[in-house]
Amino acid sequence: MAPRFEARIRIRSDADIVAARRQGRALAEQMGFSSTDVTVIATAISEVARNIVQYAREGEVVVSATREDGRDGLTIVARDQGPGIADVVKAMQPGYSTANSLGLGLPGARRLMDDFEISSRVGEGTTVTMTKWQR
Amino acid sequence: MRVPILKQGEYLIASIQSALTDQELSQLKDDLLDHAGRTRARGVVVDVTVLDVMDSFAARTLRSLAHMLDLLGAATVVVGIQPEVAFAMVQLGLTLEGVSTALDLEEGLAFLQAKAA
Ligand SMILES: Nc1ncnc2c1ncn2[C@@H]1O[C@H](COP(=O)(O)OP(=O)(O)OP(=O)(O)O)[C@@H](O)[C@H]1O
Ligand SMILES: [Mg+2]
Repeated sequence: MAPRFEARIRIRSDADIVAARRQGRALAEQMGFSSTDVTVIATAISEVARNIVQYAREGEVVVSATREDGRDGLTIVARDQGPGIADVVKAMQPGYSTANSLGLGLPGARRLMDDFEISSRVGEGTTVTMTKWQR
Repeated sequence: MRVPILKQGEYLIASIQSALTDQELSQLKDDLLDHAGRTRARGVVVDVTVLDVMDSFAARTLRSLAHMLDLLGAATVVVGIQPEVAFAMVQLGLTLEGVSTALDLEEGLAFLQAKAA
């Protein structure tokens, strides 16, 4: 699964969330995703990028075009070296939030995208990898 | 960029002009609350036509804005949510509970007028 295109956005502030969203949108449009999928991708990026700002303060979002088994996909990797998540299963449940927020970001991003993976270690950081496949 | 707020009769209209950062959206909320309090507005229209994303932060901010305006005696109507944005919101599990919505500015104002009558 070699990436054919890759854009890396440093995430440090809420303006970077908008920048990451814009990059993802541009790539999705360029790849020919439907306007609904473009919006879906931008929304998922928004959620994981905000989690970086909110919980880890800084990190990065990498958007890339990938190809697997003859299918084209857009992959988003959001990674940080923040505090990590003690209970990932809990964090993936809708309504679970340690910030008194809606707790919809992670479970919502999973629903928005086709593939979703999260790995996290307390004290080491969190990586979310998700892909939308072209139909 | 600060979102301009226009006064039209008893109503305030905030037309978002470009993608907003979280900070800018929070600023808009504060500005609208401030204006509504000072002008004793009966209703507020927030036009989100240009927003390409309505994520959990935006939804939470609009919900709390509507709730606070309600306490000030002003109704809130959000207009211009694009079909793709609505689709993504539903998938994300977001609702605009307690917030009225309308197709566009004209319908939003008509809604407020009907409510006041
Ligand atoms: N990058 C991260 N680093 C550390 N903790 C995280 C990270 N992302 C998420 N979490 C933890 O997982 C919880 C759930 O995240 P999720 O995005 O689903 O909800 P939220 O951020 O609390 O609320 P919302 O996204 O709806 O505003 C968070 O409250 C936080 O405790
Ligand atoms: Mg979140």
